[in-house]
Amino acid sequence: MKSSSTVLPGFRLTLAFTILYLLVIVLIPLAGLFVRSATLSADEFIAAVSAPRVMASYRVTFLAAFAAALINAVFGFLIAWVLVRYKFAGKKLCDTLIDLPFALPTAVAGIAMAALYAPDGWIGKYLAMMGLQIAFNPYGIVVVLAFVSLPFVVRTLQPVLQDLDKDIEEAALGLGATRAQTFWRVLLPHVAPAWITGVTMALARALGEYGSVIFIAGNLPMVSEIVPVIIVSKLEQYDYAGATAVALVMLLASFALLLLVNVLQGWSARRMRA
Amino acid sequence: MGIEVRNIGKQFGAFAALDNISLSINSGELVALLGPSGSGKTTLLRIIAGMESADVGEILLYGAAANNKPAGERNVGFVFQHYALFRHMTVFDNIAFGLTVRPKETRPSKAAIRERVFNLLKMVHLENFHDRYPHQLSGGQRQRVALARALAVEPKMLLLDEPFGALDAKVRQELRRWLRRLHDEIHLTSVFVTHDQEEAMEVADRVVVMSNGRIEQIGTPEEVYHHPANAFVYDFLGNYNEFTGWQENAGSALNLIDYERQTDAPAGAKIVKVFARPHDMDVSKTDTFGGESIAAKVMHINPAGALVKLELERVRNPGLLLQAEISQDAVLAQAIRKSDVVYVRPRATRIFMNS
Amino acid sequence: MNASLKKQLTEPLWLRVVLITLTFLFLAALVGLPIVIVIIEAFSKGWGAYRDALTQPDVISALKLTLLVAAIAVPLNVVFGLAASWAIAKFEFRGKQLLITLIDLPFSVSPVISGLVYILLFGAHSMMGDWLIRHDIQIIFAVPGLVLATIFVTFPFVARELIPLMQEQGVEQEEAAVLLGANGWQTFRRVTLPNIKWGLLYGVLLCNARAMGEFGAVSVVSGHIKGETTTIPLYVEILYNEYNFVAAFAVASLLLLLGFVTLAAKKIVSRQERGQHGH
Repeated sequence: MKSSSTVLPGFRLTLAFTILYLLVIVLIPLAGLFVRSATLSADEFIAAVSAPRVMASYRVTFLAAFAAALINAVFGFLIAWVLVRYKFAGKKLCDTLIDLPFALPTAVAGIAMAALYAPDGWIGKYLAMMGLQIAFNPYGIVVVLAFVSLPFVVRTLQPVLQDLDKDIEEAALGLGATRAQTFWRVLLPHVAPAWITGVTMALARALGEYGSVIFIAGNLPMVSEIVPVIIVSKLEQYDYAGATAVALVMLLASFALLLLVNVLQGWSARRMRA
Repeated sequence: MGIEVRNIGKQFGAFAALDNISLSINSGELVALLGPSGSGKTTLLRIIAGMESADVGEILLYGAAANNKPAGERNVGFVFQHYALFRHMTVFDNIAFGLTVRPKETRPSKAAIRERVFNLLKMVHLENFHDRYPHQLSGGQRQRVALARALAVEPKMLLLDEPFGALDAKVRQELRRWLRRLHDEIHLTSVFVTHDQEEAMEVADRVVVMSNGRIEQIGTPEEVYHHPANAFVYDFLGNYNEFTGWQENAGSALNLIDYERQTDAPAGAKIVKVFARPHDMDVSKTDTFGGESIAAKVMHINPAGALVKLELERVRNPGLLLQAEISQDAVLAQAIRKSDVVYVRPRATRIFMNS
Repeated sequence: MNASLKKQLTEPLWLRVVLITLTFLFLAALVGLPIVIVIIEAFSKGWGAYRDALTQPDVISALKLTLLVAAIAVPLNVVFGLAASWAIAKFEFRGKQLLITLIDLPFSVSPVISGLVYILLFGAHSMMGDWLIRHDIQIIFAVPGLVLATIFVTFPFVARELIPLMQEQGVEQEEAAVLLGANGWQTFRRVTLPNIKWGLLYGVLLCNARAMGEFGAVSVVSGHIKGETTTIPLYVEILYNEYNFVAAFAVASLLLLLGFVTLAAKKIVSRQERGQHGH
């Protein structure tokens, strides 16, 4: 279908408004971050972003976000598969619950998780008896990050699995492939781009999360302090320059991921057309 | 004069969609823009409608310069290939739309709109469908609603972009004839775009054959079919056989090198390509043409239609195929069957000097 | 398809049961339990305590502030979303793909950074700080800062929902309307808007849920002044840190309700949308 028109009105007006609003709300404020960090000397900048406590927070943030993304890579695939392929009681409910992390404010998730996994909490109690502790350490961070990034993998995989032609599987079976071979050699390559895209989006979301994490993480320096917490605590100490420098590192990491998602989507779109 | 197009040109990047197009359409005339895809016919239609602007050239509508007139003020009715009905509106509201968006001073009363819409519904034979939604209609019905919607604003011109392109063969046939009858009743200056030569021939008063952004020929269906201006038009309007021949000079008698009784071209004679339509071929089981014929083997017989279609392969040049269309009676009388060898000879031929 | 082939096209029963059970367990642990515990904790001291917690003046003012912020941020982003999707979906221009990527940008920025950028712009030590102080304009640690941070984090929601929808619908219906004499506003209101209304509504709902529930970005610019710059999610944190768990969960239950309303509305919208397309 044709998607360009010279007869419809309003192009200049809407495009000008779009760009202006984008500049005022997003681009100029973000540019301010770059400008502000440029006021630091190189040595100051490096000192700010590589202090031991900051380095530890990078490690905690990336490892926890990565672990959460991996959990969702596995369970997200499983859930998407079950929801698309099987019929069972409670399916609609499951499908609805997937979106809850999008709709539920993160602070609520945070205090609920803390109440569940604190050493005297519902689940934490039993885990404590087994000598396990999840709250107030990096494991708790992984749990809430898995929650907030849950929808991404499921929701990017679902439509792809839905559209997957049953014919392909039939053809594979008809050619004598076993079910396992069909899965590994026919299905998986087909859904891989969407899967990787979903996981990357989950990772990006988990990296920046703040609201839910602070309640369960305990925010212990060097142990369970994530990068956004570092930024906030620097702000509270009026160390704007330091906060800006760390924020810049984090922002660049997010942009790299965004770029990756775009490249992946372009790649999978090309593959789908082929 | 209804529509006058003067030296119109349009580039899309490096691609010349239209190259110096000039065309006059009389008021009340029904004209087909015929050509393959990419020939520029739809672009020309959209420029007339005001949906695209030309890079150079002029458009005059009923004598008035229209280049800078917005599409909504050109008084044209436009029918889209995929109907473009407003899918959230009923048939009634679709047809009434153009009237209801008028400013208060010129907007007809509710009762007048209602009357107009029901008159149009009657005209397109959809009286009982006024409260249906587009998705509840068949393709043919949708296209008739689209036509009624375009006519509701009482346009001075009707422009149709491949109006039957999305319909199946039988419905196409019906709608074509219906459109022709409708035009004979209301005599609205009309231009329709099609890539189907049969459709153009059947419906239009005049046909404009286009290719590569240029007009190849303008004429009545009779003229373009029987007197094609060039090889492109000849090719586009139907199947043909190709032979090689020679001529002493332009206008003198034509001799075919392909004949069984070979007549090699004398030195200085001009070698030409010779064309003949399948229905202009004589076919005989015995060589009654005195050697001025080509022996060919019957590969396939398609008996569907008024004429029987024969697919033939030349005996002397296997791989070179010929097509012939002859009457059922001729096939029966001569008992032509598959694998028979027959002798064929073009009855009417055509050469194009520029090819 | 014959029965044995059909059987080969799905997993054996035991495996299906295992997979479905895993799905249930995972969702129950990760999503179900948090919902349950919010409700139970909120009512753990009975209905009276719950009601008392929700009728505190600070809660009421936090609620009002949250509604005010959303009431400013959401409409602005709706106008932006409509303008952006019109320009992007109905016209061709260079740099379109870049523009789409830039619109999505706020999604990949940590909420904390979304707040930080406004502090750097408008805070006391910022480039504009002196000027703002001299003119007695307060943005950071005040309502305007909350609104700006909220607009930033909810920026892409409406546009993102509408762009693919309007691209898919093409321009023919709008062209037909213009040719029938409709002006730009009539074309938009009577042709475009009815075709995108469900997608628009869904975008508004998501935008609103995030606007009312945002924590990180507003936390940074808020200053946490009770009764003045504390939105509902921030108030939950204050109560929680004061070990006032019943009140924290009671207030959180309001946000949970917001989440449920959003999910329910999403269901209705997607059903309506299917009804509209389902032919």
